[in-house]
Amino acid sequence: MLNSAAMLTLLAASLMLFAGGAAGALVFDRESGRCRRMTHGLALCGTVLVLILGIAGLTGNSFELLLPRILPLAGGLALGLDRLSAFFLLTIAVGVIPSTLFAVGYTRQYRQEQALLGFALNVFVPAMMLVVLSRNVLTFLVFWEAMSLASYFLVMTEKDRDETRSAGWLYMVMTHAGLACLLIGFLAMLQATGSFSMPEWARAAEGVDSGVRSLVFLVMAAGFLSKAGAIPFHVWLPRAHPAAPSHVSAMMSGVMIKLGVYGLIRIGFEWLGPGPGWWGVLIMIVGAVSALLGVLYALIDSDLKCLLAYSSVENIGVILLGVGAGLVFRSYNLGSLAALALMAALYHSLNHTVFKGLLFLSAGSVVHVTGTRITEEMGGLLKRMPHTGAFFLIGSLAISAMPPFNGFISEWLTFQSLLLSFRVPEQFINLVFALCIASLALTAGLAAACFVRAFGITFLALPRGQAVEQAHEADWTMRTSMGLLALACLTLGVAPVLALRVLSGAVNEFLGAAPDLSFDWSNIAAASAFGTIAPLWVAVILALLMLAAWVGLRVYGANFSRRYYETWGCGRAVQTADFEYTAAAFANPFKRVFAFLYRPVEETEIEAHSESRFFVKTITYRHESRSIIEDSIYAPIVATVRRLAAKARTVQSGNVHGYLLYILAALLTLLLFAK
Amino acid sequence: MLAQIGITIAQWLVVVLGAPVLAGVIRKTKARLQGRRGAGIFQPYWDLRKLLVKEVVIAENTSWVFRLTPYVAIGTMLLSAFIVPVLTTAAELQFLGNIILLMYVFLLSTFFLALAGLDAGSSFGGMGSSREMAIAALAEPTVMIAIFAIALRAGSTGLNEMINRAASDPLLLLNPGHLLAFLSFFIVALAETGRLPVDNPSTHLELTMIHEAMILEYSGRYLALIEWASFIKLFLFLTLLGNIFFPWGVAVTLQPGAVAIGVFALVIKLGVLALGLAVLETALAKLRLFRVPELLSGSFMLALLAVISFFFLR
Repeated sequence: MLNSAAMLTLLAASLMLFAGGAAGALVFDRESGRCRRMTHGLALCGTVLVLILGIAGLTGNSFELLLPRILPLAGGLALGLDRLSAFFLLTIAVGVIPSTLFAVGYTRQYRQEQALLGFALNVFVPAMMLVVLSRNVLTFLVFWEAMSLASYFLVMTEKDRDETRSAGWLYMVMTHAGLACLLIGFLAMLQATGSFSMPEWARAAEGVDSGVRSLVFLVMAAGFLSKAGAIPFHVWLPRAHPAAPSHVSAMMSGVMIKLGVYGLIRIGFEWLGPGPGWWGVLIMIVGAVSALLGVLYALIDSDLKCLLAYSSVENIGVILLGVGAGLVFRSYNLGSLAALALMAALYHSLNHTVFKGLLFLSAGSVVHVTGTRITEEMGGLLKRMPHTGAFFLIGSLAISAMPPFNGFISEWLTFQSLLLSFRVPEQFINLVFALCIASLALTAGLAAACFVRAFGITFLALPRGQAVEQAHEADWTMRTSMGLLALACLTLGVAPVLALRVLSGAVNEFLGAAPDLSFDWSNIAAASAFGTIAPLWVAVILALLMLAAWVGLRVYGANFSRRYYETWGCGRAVQTADFEYTAAAFANPFKRVFAFLYRPVEETEIEAHSESRFFVKTITYRHESRSIIEDSIYAPIVATVRRLAAKARTVQSGNVHGYLLYILAALLTLLLFAK
Repeated sequence: MLAQIGITIAQWLVVVLGAPVLAGVIRKTKARLQGRRGAGIFQPYWDLRKLLVKEVVIAENTSWVFRLTPYVAIGTMLLSAFIVPVLTTAAELQFLGNIILLMYVFLLSTFFLALAGLDAGSSFGGMGSSREMAIAALAEPTVMIAIFAIALRAGSTGLNEMINRAASDPLLLLNPGHLLAFLSFFIVALAETGRLPVDNPSTHLELTMIHEAMILEYSGRYLALIEWASFIKLFLFLTLLGNIFFPWGVAVTLQPGAVAIGVFALVIKLGVLALGLAVLETALAKLRLFRVPELLSGSFMLALLAVISFFFLR
């Protein structure tokens, strides 16, 4: 056990390392190589300390810290660590450590932006850490904003591209709209309870009118969900995450959006006190819609990083299903089920950090060597980048919830907690859960299709372009970081016992109820024997059976000679990449089935020879699908804002006398009100 | 202990060795219904033996994924054969996982087969992969809701408990939820195992086939493994249908007599289901690919009705 002073020393040491990294970025501005190694190296060391802090917190150590001199207006700087915070510290560290290691090799391509990248990174990571530790309003808001701003600058690394600038702008707008929501909620609670400290709200919440709490919940949930990237607040995510350098995408998708989930868990279960069942139902509906629409958009996207970003929306949806189910169960006093559902959500959140980090990093090394993000231009990369390819395959299997990888365990837990909903004695809720089970199942199936497509089109068959043909393997820092994450995918999948143990401890402390789950090294059983699974044995027996099949063929005396010959192609003369199935073609059945959602626009232009229309010169095919949410929700808002802005322009005449008049009017008004 | 090991291995062997003959029986019955004589019921074994002595021809463009996939396909099915209660619900190896694990293990095999379909770089393989994944994905919600419907009554998602609980219910066949769940699971089983009206297992016409297009590049021992795996998958799905929805005869103890009745019951159930499948495949034409989602959403509604009937009749 560590005492509180030792924990604070750890915290201070990690903050100093980050500060050193930030300072180093400014000092070694001119020396790109040294700047790169130093800033990322120090960030890496700082994050290792965060990891230690997280592990210490999960094993039962905690601290409280109040520095009244800093931020004196609002009760000082208040930090604290409990097991839930510690779990998110662990998630942050698990996502950030491989990403910064990867960045050492990967950011070599950014010569000019080295100082900015290093500085912003060394602000971004400690800000995320401190958000999780914040215990009063102003502390929380300051670090929340620092995190948003730092990530904005990281997104803007390739600021010369129009696409990046517009993505950055959209991110800025959405993140501040979210911040405004949080501010409203915080101020309302401040008014109602008279306290800056969130732990005190939890105690005072019973006395606050439930209507007010529900309104605050709605407003703050909108704020947190916009950071988490849940539909309909997701619009920034599939633009900003791909525009950022890949290690930043990994941290934003893997880690930062989880802090939105963190905030939601805090307000739903703790800060706002016990709420009615519809809070949970609402979160579940948002989760089901996010999961389904997220994966459907991922399925048709041909930009590798965009696809991964949409898949983050999907996974946030899966996590929200767990969180929402937990809220519903708690409102019906089913404490152990609430704990189980929350545990599933937290486990999926950790798993998503691992496999999405892995996928973004391996996509990053592909984009790095091929110079394109479009899957239609790739192909055959498994032979040219064998390690990266294998890592991407592991990530794809994990994110598609295939046993024996980690995604399966958390999805299985989520299914178990949703299936146990029959204990809720209310038919409407039962029906909602049934539909959520269906949408989660459809999401899982579509995710598998999506990642068959992502891996198959990118890494298998023949290369579709010159740059792809000459691709080479990534350097050792990049491969090591991916290898670490791939190992984590497997470990968390076959031996989930350690993760489950710390999680059930954390959830137990947070909710005051032990999850209805028993587990040991080999077995997991939900609700005594409602559902059991033995992940370690499944993995071992599967591997043995595959080996046995091979040995069996040998013993039987099967013909083991093999001959390589060209792919069968109905008598065509030569096999080229043009004969391959494309990503667009792969997604076509889904486009047709879900046409009501995609609303595709297709144009085919065929130019024929003048002699005969059967001799085709060129075919141009264009396909576009419109986002139903952007068209129906955001387009009207943007149009209204533009119209109002045009009206407001008349006030800004450019006349100095006019402006002086405004100042006078403002002054008089203020004096009038100030008395 | 010895009885446990014995029954586990016996059940596994019944599945692994019995699967080809089930396929043979279906083919023979279909042939007779269509006025042909058809090959003998043991023909699938001779086909497998023939494939095993043939040389493997591998498409040049493929990677190790193509060569690994047959082993994943057979490995996942051999694993599933341990999980499904075939003769008895008293075997302990089903601690490996519940029915949700089983469905994900099936999906794992589909995942790799679809990757292998893309690996050779031909349009046929890609087309098969894309369609196979589409059908697998669209079948998934029905599978889960049907499982939910069964689990609601059994109070468990464990396969043994589901069967035991159903067997103890004397009014089983009068329960509307049970029948609805059976219908929806039956339709899903047709889709998952690539049978008519979703996919035609005996077609080799490029534009209509799904599963066969996906494995077009396979030959020799690889093809033998994949074929064997799909026989086992069919066997397991029919066994699940027979044992979960008509649970009579499945041994609840390891008494030799009970197990003997279990064998007898299994043969009858599989025989009836095989006959039903053959009649269905003779009477029905293959659906257009884009009509399949309608069939699957229909079966989804049936499953949902099964769930609703539970909540409103309890």
